[in-house]
Order: sequence, then structure tokens, then C-alpha cells
Amino acid sequence: MSETEMEYVYAVGLGDLVLDGTAPVTGVDGGTVRTVGGGRGLTALVSTVPADRFAEEHLPRQLEDLERLEAIARAHHAVVDAAFATATVLPMRLATVYHDRARVAAMLDEQHPYFEELLRTLDGHVELGLKVYAEPKAAAPAGGPEPADASPGRAYLQRRRAERRRAQDTYGAARESAERAAEVASALASARAVHRPQQGEWSGGRGENVSNEAYLVPRQDVERFRAELGAVASDVPGVTIEVTGPWAPYSFAGGVSS
Amino acid sequence: MRPVNGRGAEPAAQAPVALIDLLDRLLNGGAVLTGDIVLSIADVDLVHISLRAVIRSITADAPGPAIIPPRARTEEY
Repeated sequence: MSETEMEYVYAVGLGDLVLDGTAPVTGVDGGTVRTVGGGRGLTALVSTVPADRFAEEHLPRQLEDLERLEAIARAHHAVVDAAFATATVLPMRLATVYHDRARVAAMLDEQHPYFEELLRTLDGHVELGLKVYAEPKAAAPAGGPEPADASPGRAYLQRRRAERRRAQDTYGAARESAERAAEVASALASARAVHRPQQGEWSGGRGENVSNEAYLVPRQDVERFRAELGAVASDVPGVTIEVTGPWAPYSFAGGVSS
Repeated sequence: MRPVNGRGAEPAAQAPVALIDLLDRLLNGGAVLTGDIVLSIADVDLVHISLRAVIRSITADAPGPAIIPPRARTEEY
């Protein structure tokens, strides 16, 4: 066992996995991605990473560094996505690291029944993200004329009241849209996963994320999913629905409970 | 038949993946293995919480009121 190197595991699949990228894909920190075969046809995609960055005592500090975290996450995803282009793969959680290739092979053997069953379930499916946003400002009507007899103070209070009402209406509409979207999505999906709503403005100025879900959808229904979900809130002021993906089935890699 | 993926005939997926969407999947999803795992689920949760703090701190707008009641989770993270 090497003291200075470890094996970072990206994904597991059946048979020979190939990376189908538009550009050559490298792993975390530029490492070369290779396969480790286990018994009975399971294959893991791995690359060697330095232990002084990925061993237990060093890893948390790296993941707290946003730039570093992003670099690792994007490299991880690039490998998963390139493999997912040609095969059903089970993505690993971020920073799944083993001491050496022998340990990876042993893990494949240990997990074989579970992986095989899950890969069978996931076969022919992709993950699609579904996010609903509320943005009361976007629901604002065009500013009408102020009533002529209103004092400035009264006009201000009226405006404030209208804004508050609009916010309540928009969040209510977003909640209803999210429920309707979940119904429409569930009818097209074989499984659903609910993530925590995203906070902050990382994903652009669409307002507040009120629902953040993932659906396991048969590959051939992706466009239908987009079209049907796109129609759910298209006429609801201040409410936006976003479909992301297709993703490798990250949200369903811990098992699928329909 | 080739699976659909984020390239080629999928123009909607050409946009770079938003980091927050990726972290949702890589920190909450993905297969969790036993063995040489060097990062416990608790650590991941800590990372997640501190990340959210970072995300909030770098945003211009304060998040709005949490009016939406928490819904039952179909997958336990």
C-alpha cells in the first residue's frame, strides 16, 4: 500500500467503461482516469490522488475551500458525465477515496449484489433536476398613477401593503406550482428525490428557490418532461420552473424508493 | 442506443453546470460506501452547512422569508 498515493473513485458500472468526452477528460488534479475491474463484470473509474491532500486529516480543509471544492467537484462530474455518455453508471459521492487499487477491487466484490441491482434499476434512465422559484418583483404590475387625493404618507403605506400582498401571492402561487410540477413530474418518473431548497443567488436572478427536486426519468421521456414541466408555470407571474440535466443518477445512487 | 447526455443533441444541457446543482448531487447524492471512506456523512453535512453560510455571505440579496413549509422527504439525506 502506498503511503503517498490514494485512489479516488468516480463511478461504478458494468463491463468496459469508456470516457466519451468532447475533449480529453482528466481526473481530480489532472490525474489519469483508469479502470479497476472487480469480479463479475463490475468496473470502477479511478484516478490516483496525493494522500497529503485526500487523506482523512486533510480532506475536510480542502472541501471548506470553495475554489478547491469547485475544482474537485467539476473534475469529478466531468469523469462521471463522460462515462455516462455511453453507459449506465453509478456515481460516487464526492471524495470517495480508497488506499489503493486492491481496496477498490475488494470494495467492488463486497458491494457487487447491491451495485448490480441498482445499475439494473437505473439502466435506461437519466436524472432531471426540477427547481421552482418565486420572484415577487417579477410579478409587479406596471406602476399605475397614484391616486391624486392620497397624501405622500398614505401613498407610501398603500404601496408597501401592495408589495406585501404581492409577495404573499407569489409565494402562494409558487407553492401551488411546485405541487403541480411534482405531480406532473412524478407521472413521468420512476423515482423522486427531494433536495433542500437552494439558498443564495448562485443560480442567477430567478428569485427564491422554493423547491429543489430530482426525478429519475426514462431516457426517451426527457424532452416530454421538459415540455410538460415548462408549461406548468409559464403563465404564473413571478414563478419560474427550471429543469436541469440530464444528469447521471446522482440523487438515486443511494437506492431508489419510488 | 446511446443514453442521452449533456452533449451533442442536447442544446439545453450545453450551458455550464451550476456549481450549486452539482454540489447538491455530489454532497447529498452519489453512492456512499463503507471501507476506506475518509469522509463521514457528518463531515459532509458540516461542509454543506458551512458552504451554505459561504453562499449566503457572498450573495447580494438576503434570502426571503421561508414561507414554504418543509415537505416530507422521499429520500433521506
